[in-house]
Amino acid sequence: MRSPLTAARVRRTLATRRRRIVAGAVVVALVAAAALWATRPERTGFRTESALVTVRSGPAGDEPVDLDTTFYLPDGASAGHRVPAVLLAHGFGGTKDSVRSDAEDLAARGYAVLTWTARGFGRSGGQIHLDSPDHEVRDAQRLLDWLAARPEVRTDTGGDPRVGVVGGSYGGGLALLLAAQDRRVDAIVPMITWNDLSRAFLPESTGKPATEGVFKKGWAGIFFGGGGNAGSGPAGLSGNSAAQLEGAPASAGPPSPGPGAGPGTRSGRVPTGAADPSCGRFAADVCAAYLRIATTGRADQAALDLLRRSSPAGVLDRIKAPTLLVQGEADTLFPLSEADANARGIAAGGTPVRVAWFTGGHDGGDGPANDSDRVRFLTAQWLDHHVKGEGAPPGGDFTYSRIAGFDALDRGLVATGYRTRDYPGLTGDDRRQVAVAGPAQPVANPPNGNPAAISAVPFAGALGSLLDGVAGDIPGQHARFESAPLTEAVDVAGAPTVSLRAASPTGEAVLFVKLYDVDPSGAATLPNGLVAPVRLTGLPAEVGAAAPVTVTLPAIVRRIEAGHRLRVVVASSDQAYATPVEPTVYTVAAGDGPVVLPTVAGEPIPTTAAVWRWVLAGLLAAIAVGLAVVLLVVRRRHRRQDSSVHPAYADTPLAVRQLRKEYADGFVAVSNVDFEVHPGQVVGLLGPNGAGKTTTLRVLMGLTQPTAGEIYVFGRRLVPGSPVLSRIGALVEGPGFLPHLSGLDNLRAYWRATGRPWEDAHFDEALEIAGLGDSVHRRTRKYSHGMRQRLAIAQAMLGLPELLVLDEPTDGLDPPQIAEMRRVLQRYATDGRAVLVSSHLLAEVEQTCTHAVVVNKGRIVASGPVEEIVGESPSVLFDVTDPDAARTVLDRLDGVRVLPDSDGHLVVDTNGTARSEVVAELVRAGIGVDRVVPRRRLEDAFLALVGENSRGSGDR
Amino acid sequence: MAQSSSTVGAAAGYRPSATLPFGAEFRRQASRRRTQLALGFMVLLPLIILVAFQFDSGEDDRGGRGEFSSMSELATSGGLNFTLFSLLVSASFLLVVVVALFFGDTVASEASWGSLRYLLAVPVPRARLLTVKLLVALAYAGLALVLLAGTALAAGTLRYGWEPLHSQVAAQLEPGEGLLRLLAVLGYLAVVLLAVAGLAFLLSVVTDAALGAVGGAVLLWILSSILDQITALGALRAFLPTHYSTAWLGLLSTPVQTDDVVRGCVSAVGYATVFWSLAYWRFTRKDITS
Repeated sequence: MRSPLTAARVRRTLATRRRRIVAGAVVVALVAAAALWATRPERTGFRTESALVTVRSGPAGDEPVDLDTTFYLPDGASAGHRVPAVLLAHGFGGTKDSVRSDAEDLAARGYAVLTWTARGFGRSGGQIHLDSPDHEVRDAQRLLDWLAARPEVRTDTGGDPRVGVVGGSYGGGLALLLAAQDRRVDAIVPMITWNDLSRAFLPESTGKPATEGVFKKGWAGIFFGGGGNAGSGPAGLSGNSAAQLEGAPASAGPPSPGPGAGPGTRSGRVPTGAADPSCGRFAADVCAAYLRIATTGRADQAALDLLRRSSPAGVLDRIKAPTLLVQGEADTLFPLSEADANARGIAAGGTPVRVAWFTGGHDGGDGPANDSDRVRFLTAQWLDHHVKGEGAPPGGDFTYSRIAGFDALDRGLVATGYRTRDYPGLTGDDRRQVAVAGPAQPVANPPNGNPAAISAVPFAGALGSLLDGVAGDIPGQHARFESAPLTEAVDVAGAPTVSLRAASPTGEAVLFVKLYDVDPSGAATLPNGLVAPVRLTGLPAEVGAAAPVTVTLPAIVRRIEAGHRLRVVVASSDQAYATPVEPTVYTVAAGDGPVVLPTVAGEPIPTTAAVWRWVLAGLLAAIAVGLAVVLLVVRRRHRRQDSSVHPAYADTPLAVRQLRKEYADGFVAVSNVDFEVHPGQVVGLLGPNGAGKTTTLRVLMGLTQPTAGEIYVFGRRLVPGSPVLSRIGALVEGPGFLPHLSGLDNLRAYWRATGRPWEDAHFDEALEIAGLGDSVHRRTRKYSHGMRQRLAIAQAMLGLPELLVLDEPTDGLDPPQIAEMRRVLQRYATDGRAVLVSSHLLAEVEQTCTHAVVVNKGRIVASGPVEEIVGESPSVLFDVTDPDAARTVLDRLDGVRVLPDSDGHLVVDTNGTARSEVVAELVRAGIGVDRVVPRRRLEDAFLALVGENSRGSGDR
Repeated sequence: MAQSSSTVGAAAGYRPSATLPFGAEFRRQASRRRTQLALGFMVLLPLIILVAFQFDSGEDDRGGRGEFSSMSELATSGGLNFTLFSLLVSASFLLVVVVALFFGDTVASEASWGSLRYLLAVPVPRARLLTVKLLVALAYAGLALVLLAGTALAAGTLRYGWEPLHSQVAAQLEPGEGLLRLLAVLGYLAVVLLAVAGLAFLLSVVTDAALGAVGGAVLLWILSSILDQITALGALRAFLPTHYSTAWLGLLSTPVQTDDVVRGCVSAVGYATVFWSLAYWRFTRKDITS
């Protein structure tokens, strides 16, 4: 039998394993290459120079101040190859290090980038003047001079560098003010910054001036007290997001020593006049203004003048540099209305302006990764066109984005970008009116503003404020007005307006108006925690007498779904704002008009992900085309297939011609097999185990590809899958049945698989041959070996094929069954049919077959009609009492030859001498003869093979 | 009639294109216990979940794994949500095993029974054999998905009512819209599972051991899932067949996030194509030695 560990098998296994290893290595290499390609660094290099640059500024331009700068110069920039520059300003409380990653990005894009720490921060000298035109802005002008003097920086004319100014918050304000003050600036990208600092810190939402504004004490305190990293810009433009800055007021980062950190501790150049512990590094006038406002919660004209001096609002008409305004939707400090005012003011002067809103801001940080990528892209596009002079004009279309939900893969937020052709401002392209209703309600103003409602907590973290704010209204301190559920979704983009009436016993009221999105389950969301503070004066004591006022709420971008309600909440207190100290009870009622929701019909911006749609379409098309090509090729090959009939074998059921099967490792299973099966014949393929019988049959069934030689069935060339195989019924290498089906069902399933007509199957004959009786309805799993064997023969006979090929058919059968099988096979080989039986049993072949083919070691040893082969052989087997003596006797006889044999038997080639004579000789010599068995040729041939070590023939 | 339609040189009535009809193979597989069990479990699972929810003690469950954990809290809010939950809990493993079973078992089990060589001796052309096997496996995998979702939807709707689809990632969706989203989710799941299907089918052709093919496919899938957890691999992870397997959650948000879904489709279809092509290439050339 098959010895499992022959050398050949081991060699073969090793060979396939080696091939697999090679294939695996190729795959791994390909994947690694793809990965390398995907993650390859795209940046070009740059170098940096850090230096303290002393500039002269101040009102007279003669006060020296040291600025801590870092200059990023891209590789390849030189006097011969001048590059455009970018002045990159940091946010309030930051230093030049907070914008490092953005500087590196820009340097990698081929810009010389100059970052510096603004005066009053970090290692720079001077005091904080809040982007004062005489101080911070003049400092920046001197830096432009510095840039113009650098030989690597491109200049427009002498002393005028080709430069863009980019910055977030404090840096954004500087960009605007610098562009207004210095025409050398070629483009600016101010982000999340202010238009009017007084309005930002003292907002009032019914259109009153800042003197009537409600003091935004939360943010102001953070700025003044902590000097925290409040100027975080979008797209990382100041490095950090708000989320990373939780608790910023309490612990200002090391690179940003706030005013409280002790004046002059870092820089010896701080004027001694600033050494006021209540002012830190703030300039005295700024500090005094803050202290006055913070104390009273109201601003006097002097303070407002100071704040306006630091605001772009008054100088917008002087800005001639194309401006990209980026403003954050999650920003309670500088809401979208600041950018709106800037955009209008700059556009009024005829300067190109583009506005982009993104989902971050002072509360929201950089926003979702895909949104900050968008801002980064817009910035680069703007600079490339207006500063570098490359790329198509960015156009003036307005883009904004909305939180779409959570990213399914990394669980972060994702934003969807939208665009419209024209900037609609805060009033939208269109408006939806939603009526809200509710009774007049009393609203208590808590003494000293405590407890206060919480709408947004500065630096509460991107997630909280982006999603639903941290809303909490105090019972008794707010009034609610609700709408009916919306019949359809509204895409709000802009500043909603609300109408309300209020009464106060003092005639005055400070109220906070908020617009909630209430889902059907009752959960209310305050978009980005934005509230509208209002200061109403001249109020009557009775609400019936109150005139309606229209409140403009902060601009939001939000989709309010169908079925949701709007809820207008009017609260008397808010933690972020200074409120009247005296306790009062106001009365608030709905106004005369509905809530007006501005809407914008923006179309989604196709992202780079849209490419993947095309990739998918391309992939599907490629698969379809590939499939079609494969089908065509297969069909053509099929048509070209040799369908001719070999004339010599047209009527021959089987002709095997010089068949050779050599395995990949060089093992030859069949070296040269050549025989024919003719109609009416039962041919026995006889050979020891491993002679190559089964391999021959496997090739014959189309399971294995021959190395050489042909097989013809009725003259048609047989290859794997040849239709002519349908004329062959086979049992090769044992039965193969579905164990869970009964014998009968197995036969039926098999016949169904042939697709041939049911009536051609001749089930009855087959079942009769199988002789399984009622067992045919049992599952084949329960069958004995012999039953399975009989069923397999029956299966092979289904459809009465013209050639029946049976591999060891009597395996497992008992003697009566074997006898019966012989008769069946002999009967089968009539009507032009033929049978090929393989066996390693001589007797079986002798008794069953008309013809025999003897194979050994992959070669034919003998073939022909059985009678011919079986016919009397000249050899005789003698069983004698004394073999050695007999051998000498026989050797003496003329012509008689003793063949080598074992087991004490003598096989003698009598070579014409009569057997009786040989026996007489032995008896005469006194040797007892127990047995004389005439041998036949077939046996001889077979024994000659079997007599040798059959193990050596290998596993076939 | 049979005579005229038969192929030249073949037995009467034999046509290569008529061998192993889809219906015959479908019945062969239908009669198997593991097919019946797998499909039966698809029906049973939603019912088990349903019964399990009846034992819900209402105890607080520590918040779960973030925003999507809400899906289990919302499971009892309606038939659509219940279906979604059933899909969520079975998508990462159970469906993978079931699909691997249908695709990994189909050729390898025939080889191990020895019936493969008789099919090839019919002769069923090898490419046709694979095609029919593939189509039948696809049909059963699809049937399993539909049974799971259908039972969950029917049972969930009967128990919890025909309510809008809730999720914390987006606004609630009206039942009609929700049903569409659910179908989209089902479709995407089916596409993602094609990668497993491809792998299991390839292994089924390469090996004669059905268990090896099924287990191998599931093991490789788990390996891929584990590697996907290692963020240090960075952009490499996008090449893992499991990387986009949860992108269907994006189909629940408003507006629908399809970017990752599309990438996931590209990945899954790509893998399936490669694996199936290899399977055909291998099977049409190999010597059947089983």
